[in-house]
Amino acid sequence: MSEQFKLTINGKSHTVSADADTPLLYVLRNDVGLVSPKYGCGQEQCGACNVLIDGEKAFSCSVSVKDAAGKQVTTLEGLGTPEQPHPIQAAFIAEQAAQCGYCTSGLIIATKALLDKNPNPDMDAIRVGLQDNLCRCGAHSRVFRAVRRAARELAG
Amino acid sequence: MSEEIKLPGSLNTDARIDSWLALDAAGIVNIFTGKVEFGQGVMTAVAQVGAEELDVALERVRIKTADTGATVDEKLTAGSGSIEESGTSIRFAAAAARAILMDKAAAALDVPRDTLIVEDGTVKSPATNRQVTYWDLMGGQKFDAEVTPATKPKSPADYRIVGKAAPRLDIPAKVFGGRAFIQDMEVAGLLHGRVVFPPSYGAKLKSADLEVAKKIAGVVEVVRDGNFLGIVAESEAAAVKARDVLAAACTWEETAQYPDEDNLYDWMMSQECEDTVVEGGIPVDKPIPEIVTPADAAHTVEAIYARPFQSHASIGPSAGMAQWDGDRLTVWAHSQGIYPLRAALACAFDMPKEKIRCIHAENAGVYGHNGADDAAMDAAMLARAVPGRPVRVQWMRDDEFKWEPYGSGMVMALQASVNKAGDIIDWNFDVWSNAHAGRPRAKKETAGFIACWHRENATPAPEPVDNNGKDGGAHRGARPYYDFPKTRIAKHFVKPHPFRVSSLRALGTFGNIFATESMLDELAHEAGLDLVEFRLRHLKDARARAVVEKVAAMAGWDPKKWGKGKGQGIAFNRYKNSKCYAAVVFNVEVDEATGVIKTPKAFIAADAGLSINPDGVANQLEGGLIQAASWTMKEAVRFDPVRITSVDWETYPILTFREVPEIETFVFQRVTEKAMGVGEATQGPTPAAIANGVFAAAGVRLREIPFTPERVKRMMAEAKAAR
Repeated sequence: MSEQFKLTINGKSHTVSADADTPLLYVLRNDVGLVSPKYGCGQEQCGACNVLIDGEKAFSCSVSVKDAAGKQVTTLEGLGTPEQPHPIQAAFIAEQAAQCGYCTSGLIIATKALLDKNPNPDMDAIRVGLQDNLCRCGAHSRVFRAVRRAARELAG
Repeated sequence: MSEEIKLPGSLNTDARIDSWLALDAAGIVNIFTGKVEFGQGVMTAVAQVGAEELDVALERVRIKTADTGATVDEKLTAGSGSIEESGTSIRFAAAAARAILMDKAAAALDVPRDTLIVEDGTVKSPATNRQVTYWDLMGGQKFDAEVTPATKPKSPADYRIVGKAAPRLDIPAKVFGGRAFIQDMEVAGLLHGRVVFPPSYGAKLKSADLEVAKKIAGVVEVVRDGNFLGIVAESEAAAVKARDVLAAACTWEETAQYPDEDNLYDWMMSQECEDTVVEGGIPVDKPIPEIVTPADAAHTVEAIYARPFQSHASIGPSAGMAQWDGDRLTVWAHSQGIYPLRAALACAFDMPKEKIRCIHAENAGVYGHNGADDAAMDAAMLARAVPGRPVRVQWMRDDEFKWEPYGSGMVMALQASVNKAGDIIDWNFDVWSNAHAGRPRAKKETAGFIACWHRENATPAPEPVDNNGKDGGAHRGARPYYDFPKTRIAKHFVKPHPFRVSSLRALGTFGNIFATESMLDELAHEAGLDLVEFRLRHLKDARARAVVEKVAAMAGWDPKKWGKGKGQGIAFNRYKNSKCYAAVVFNVEVDEATGVIKTPKAFIAADAGLSINPDGVANQLEGGLIQAASWTMKEAVRFDPVRITSVDWETYPILTFREVPEIETFVFQRVTEKAMGVGEATQGPTPAAIANGVFAAAGVRLREIPFTPERVKRMMAEAKAAR
């Protein structure tokens, strides 16, 4: 049974019609047209679908549209644009911190969640902050550099 | 002139300039490559090559990748060949184009050609102060000319763009949420498909209640064709829901079919094999000679090494999109080979290939032949139920793990001897393996797609065949690059294939260099020789020596400086014995209580000849090392007698951000040497460097991958008991 849900995504309000148990991931990608969160596993094991919900890192493959309703959802698109990149996005480009890039959106979101809580993480904290995200290409050492660069930039 | 003129790269397939580039849009250089991007940075590298030869800014270049309707047939994007094949073709095509442009400019400006200079696509005559752009000269026209043997590209000494780090063209879209992937493409009238796979290979559908799936809102079609089942729905969420509902409403007949997981390697070695002797990298059908240990052997070591079947395990499961319009089929796929895919689809659907257009679209990294072609076929199967509408299929995570073709398990048995002087005088290498190839075939009787096994008019899986070319499949990396006076290399192609297998990055190299470089360590320890010096004394090639010496210097190589539980391991290979040189060192720590291996730091020194994009080269080398470290420490496809039991990231774990090493990389830039692909150069040395580091740290020799804590702990306990 389709129902109407009011979502706040990247600061904008959206009304979508979906079954209550529909994963937020599919609503974002196909109904709202925000394709940065990716399907990777559907089981909270890879982080490709990461978004922020009320500022906390969440797995959009496992959060239902019903549970996301009324909360602040932030996707990669909400951080910055090519013209006005968020410092984390700028750092990922500066360090060329990607290979295929399928996990990149989730990693940038995980980095945002990490730096919001801990603006000056050491290597151990960075590793822990990204431990729920998988990268298969092996871009990890560049991602570490990007996170450190972003932390420096954000600290001004 | 009856002799065929040999042009470089892929130009013998098509030498027309217009097949490789176009200046048909003002200010833009369009370049067409038959190779495909999967995160390895090939688009950026070929853009650099084109921009360099044409003297235009890199920002002006647009790349169109493989499309049977628009690009040359460059076959597969595999074997680290893109730079040599496509890069070289574009280099010569752009050079030929530039020569034509300069002739046109000289005429237009009425000055001698050699007085002209080019700045970012504008040809200038300093003497007359006049100028004209490439685009004005072309006026939207085609070149209508071919590359000839006389075409002369720039001298590398004049390079300004090639050889310098360039930011990847594809990264911004991936950092800002652009529609970068096949899953993201916006297509009018798109429907979503999902496949309901059998629970195991060869399972037969006994009953299926299609009606329960049809009842789900948004479901357009439920497709059954023999054992092939799938859903077509208006929304992706509905397709996924219906897939799960239908799967639960099916009963299957399954059979026990797999060997005992705990005795996999004994099983492989005891099967019927096709035995060959590998001579100069080529398997030759002749009797395998007996091993004769030389009389002057001071130390002889025998050891057996093994690697399991392993998964490509792409982060983004395989996907495909297809649309039927009358008797025409359009397919979007992240295949490594768009033209071979088209040929196989033509056989699968018994239609002329001219009626099929295959267009490459990116997915997550594939690292060889994963489910890309199968998912494209699945999309075509499902789209038949809804003519005129595009259907996109993405496999679910467990589909990917259960149905992708794996990299073959391998067993390597070695026996080698050193003399009193510390020189290796005898080297025997026997490798047992299934095929490292398994792509779709252009054969009606067996096109090789999974859907072909399952549909009503089923055709069986093709008989597995390995690549028996020079340094081809299972024997890739089996012949040592070292200068040993006597070698005996035997390939035992194991005929029964319990699993679906195909090309996984580096093919046999991963197992073979693991064995080779581990055995070198074992011999050096036996003979009491330094591990670096022992390698160098058997390497004549100066470029090979240079990477070994460099990595040792970077890592501060000194076996004596490490305390208990810590150590370093080194390994080297030249990929395919003819491509990129790479040496790696791992700093290793072993926790005796838990058996956990830590690799805090790794070092790479490599020589790929001319590095077109040095940062892209480093990225590939580092990625290869981390992926191979993951294969080494964590990965094995698990199975019981009936089913594959690796179905998600918990049952098929890979290395995480907590566990990966930090990496220091050095790449020799050799501008006058041929550019060589780098995507598979660190795969071989990585497992051996880790194993050698574990031996240095803890005194146990790991010969079976993966190096799980349980295995390490058991071996350490055994070693302790033996002392």
